[in-house]
Amino acid sequence: MTSRKIEILVGLFVAAAIAAFFMLAMSVSNMSSYTGGESYQLTARFDNVGGLKVRSAVAAGGVTIGRVSDIQYNSETYEAIVSMNIESKYNKFPIDTAASILTSGLLGEQFVGFEPGAEEEYLKQGDEIDLTQSALVLEQIIGQFLYSKADEE
Amino acid sequence: MINALLNKIQHLGAATICSFRRLGRASIFLLEVMLSCVSMLTRPALLVKQLYSVGVQTLIIIVVAGLFVGMVMALQSYYALVDFGAEDSVGVMVALSLLRELGPVVTALLFAGRAGSALTAEIGLMKATEQLSGMEMMAVNPMQRIVAPRFLAGFIAMPLLATIFSAVGIIGAYLVAVQMLGLDSGSFWSQPQNKVDLYLDLYNGIIKSLVFGFVATWIAVFEGYDCIPTSEGLGQATTRTVVHSSLAILFLDFILTALMFAK
Repeated sequence: MTSRKIEILVGLFVAAAIAAFFMLAMSVSNMSSYTGGESYQLTARFDNVGGLKVRSAVAAGGVTIGRVSDIQYNSETYEAIVSMNIESKYNKFPIDTAASILTSGLLGEQFVGFEPGAEEEYLKQGDEIDLTQSALVLEQIIGQFLYSKADEE
Repeated sequence: MINALLNKIQHLGAATICSFRRLGRASIFLLEVMLSCVSMLTRPALLVKQLYSVGVQTLIIIVVAGLFVGMVMALQSYYALVDFGAEDSVGVMVALSLLRELGPVVTALLFAGRAGSALTAEIGLMKATEQLSGMEMMAVNPMQRIVAPRFLAGFIAMPLLATIFSAVGIIGAYLVAVQMLGLDSGSFWSQPQNKVDLYLDLYNGIIKSLVFGFVATWIAVFEGYDCIPTSEGLGQATTRTVVHSSLAILFLDFILTALMFAK
């Protein structure tokens, strides 16, 4: 086989591998959700974050608007501090917006849900969300349910 | 009686020393090969030729295997998940298992069988027919001329092959899950996009395949270079290449998985 033919085949092979990588990166992995665009950071304090993880979704009205960037525990206030990066195009959340930790489906992943408020002023970079609701811990709910049942009898 | 026992112990000791010697020779050999790889910069044509025989000629078996592995995975996970009403997760299940484990591992095993054995046989035959000594006589360094391009080609080709394997496998899974079993194509593609992480899954899979390519090619060229230059020795060396590299790949896969994904 001539060396030209070999070189063409090797070139095709490398090109196919690069194409395969881009196919995997774009349509299978979450690369498309690594927003290269602008974002701003908000924080919120929760009593209990449940199974929330870094890179969990932040959603408003079911639409993903950002990602959790950091979760820390404050041992002075005994609260978890969740930092979130919100895409800059979603910059019109009133300052009395409520953040709650929700679960997608019965056993699905947990995410932060935003419930917009009614104030005229908007949240901006570095602001903290005051109205928060912690994750529902299934074991606690079952426990409470059993206790209340026992009280009735 | 005591003599027989001593003989046994002597055999054991000899075998141990022999295997450590081989390990030492293999390490020195690796160092020499890596130093010779620098000279590849001035002779890229040799590398391209080896990329053809190591990479392009392995491509067919990788594509066919990837397609069928993906199809079988889709079928099996569908049957397991449909009982829980979770059949929409077939896409993410196939994508994760291909990217994290099956892509790099199955590709490396096929690579060891298809390309590794060929490398050993080729270099071993060159040694048996004294072509390597002939080159040395002509002041051509066989390390630079023969071994380095093959080693480098294997190291480069493995991640490329593994990426193609995973991509083709996911296409195969798509064919079975969406076209044959009638799952929703939207959730087949969107669930992996939520769950598969570019760095954690895709890049770690590529790191795995780089490690496997390195080890499998190292074993292949070393066995060829170090073989007993007879037809029997050559056969044994080829067998050893496939067995040792398969075992090394599976063992390293466990170590790498434990390091990468354990939390």
